[in-house]
Amino acid sequence: MKAVTVNNIKKRYGAKKPFVSALEGVSFEVEKGELFGIIGPDGAGKTSLFRILTTLLLADGGNVMVDGLDVVKNYKDIRERVGYMPGRFSLYQDLTVRENLEFFATIFNTSIEANYDLVKDIYSQIEPFKDRKAGKLSGGMKQKLALSCALIHRPSVLFLDEPTTGVDAVSRKEFWEMLKKLRSQGITILVSTPYMDEAGLCDRVALIQAGKIMSVDTPEGIVSAFGKKLLAVKSDSMLHLLNELKACPDVEDAYPFGEYHHAVMKQGGQKELNNYLLRSGKAFELKEVTPDIEDCFMALMKN
Amino acid sequence: MSNDKVIIAEQLTKRFGHFTAVDGISFDVHKGEIFGFLGANGAGKTTAMRMLSGLSMPSSGKASVAGFDVYRETEKIKQSIGYMSQKFSLYEDLTVKENIRFYAGIYGMTDTFIKDKTGFILKHLHMESEADKLVKSLPLGWKQKLAFSVAVFHEPKIVFLDEPTGGVDPVTRREFWSMIYQAAETGITVFVTTHYMDEAEYCNRVSIMVDGRIDALGTPQQLKRTFNVSSMDEVFLKLARKATRAAD
Repeated sequence: MKAVTVNNIKKRYGAKKPFVSALEGVSFEVEKGELFGIIGPDGAGKTSLFRILTTLLLADGGNVMVDGLDVVKNYKDIRERVGYMPGRFSLYQDLTVRENLEFFATIFNTSIEANYDLVKDIYSQIEPFKDRKAGKLSGGMKQKLALSCALIHRPSVLFLDEPTTGVDAVSRKEFWEMLKKLRSQGITILVSTPYMDEAGLCDRVALIQAGKIMSVDTPEGIVSAFGKKLLAVKSDSMLHLLNELKACPDVEDAYPFGEYHHAVMKQGGQKELNNYLLRSGKAFELKEVTPDIEDCFMALMKN
Repeated sequence: MSNDKVIIAEQLTKRFGHFTAVDGISFDVHKGEIFGFLGANGAGKTTAMRMLSGLSMPSSGKASVAGFDVYRETEKIKQSIGYMSQKFSLYEDLTVKENIRFYAGIYGMTDTFIKDKTGFILKHLHMESEADKLVKSLPLGWKQKLAFSVAVFHEPKIVFLDEPTGGVDPVTRREFWSMIYQAAETGITVFVTTHYMDEAEYCNRVSIMVDGRIDALGTPQQLKRTFNVSSMDEVFLKLARKATRAAD
């Protein structure tokens, strides 16, 4: 049995035309114990998808099974079995850290003590502040409390909607380390993120854009499906270089990529591009690189 | 003092009670420069930006923005700058055209100027057919590009961009940066914060705040050399891991 099966899910908003289409026939499966990433920009449909998967929103078409149960028929059972951390902080700001965690444990008919081993690694970091009101916590601490509350009933599937959005690089790294530990405890985790670089930290990812899944694969699988030569180039005049690359007949696409520009080759490779750039007489540095998820995402978007 | 410098900060400090949010920062930004202002959450970036845009009075230190003093000439500063952020940029329940007219009106632009430039901007953004649509109906990437055009509509000397590309897709993110380059070419100084480290590479110079102080400042190349690493991501992690203060 799969942990999650999503089959041709459709969702649109608005009572009359023009409808806003959030999900246009989304399908994928998540294995038990997998750390599965849903990667896409704002407005791609990530939150609508998570709300459907957690029984908080009805789809207009298609069906979803979570932990072997139907999200429409068995919504009550599903709610007992999943943990959900929404994108916006949604704990009780005027309850203390400890009270929030107790509250969530109680409504799921359990206690902090019964499941302490599961949340220990995360909760122990905020336990020194257990009498502080949740509203008075720093962003990083709020995130840890929210994750503890989503876990306290030992869910079989954990849904995390953009847990790292707006979070700086250091805290993001820490958060992903926590997720890896949780996965080793056998919990299936679905996590959404707009940060392409986080894809590499998942077992498998679905790349989503404008309500459609563009690809579902392991990060390595997505990279190997890129299928074209990718070259990185830099020079002292990056703006000029970009225009040159765009004008090259062998180049399919060229765009800035951090310190370098990336050139996706239509045909030919390093040698051909090298010869082309030499003609302008300006110094440059050129090397072949492995595409990363962001290169793949852009190539899929432009298809 | 060089006329080329549009932002000068010397030992700029902001305290809230016993808490020093910004702790004696000093730096200059040149005309037409793209200046990346990085730091972990809670490092003091927002407080520093609020002082530089005339919204918050410093506790001590000196700063001038577009030639105006941050203590005495805050109104003149506000007229000389543009601002956009990820969180707040445009009015969702006004149309594209209404937003432009509203912001331009606030900055005292004339009707003819507004009319001419609105047409130009909509054409440039390929948004002519969206002119009368509500902003809330636009995709995020379009909104952010429109918000940037609105922030520089009155041709400010400096534009402050607070995480302008958060959550934006990778293609639109690059289109947004090409707009930043175009603005800088016309002499507008760009002061930008971001969580995307590849974008730090697109800046002429970058400063990194840690616990209220500027711990590193230089071109991306200089910073990578100084810290002996190959990417801005590693520079950032090396510095930010030293932080002792909790994020907000």
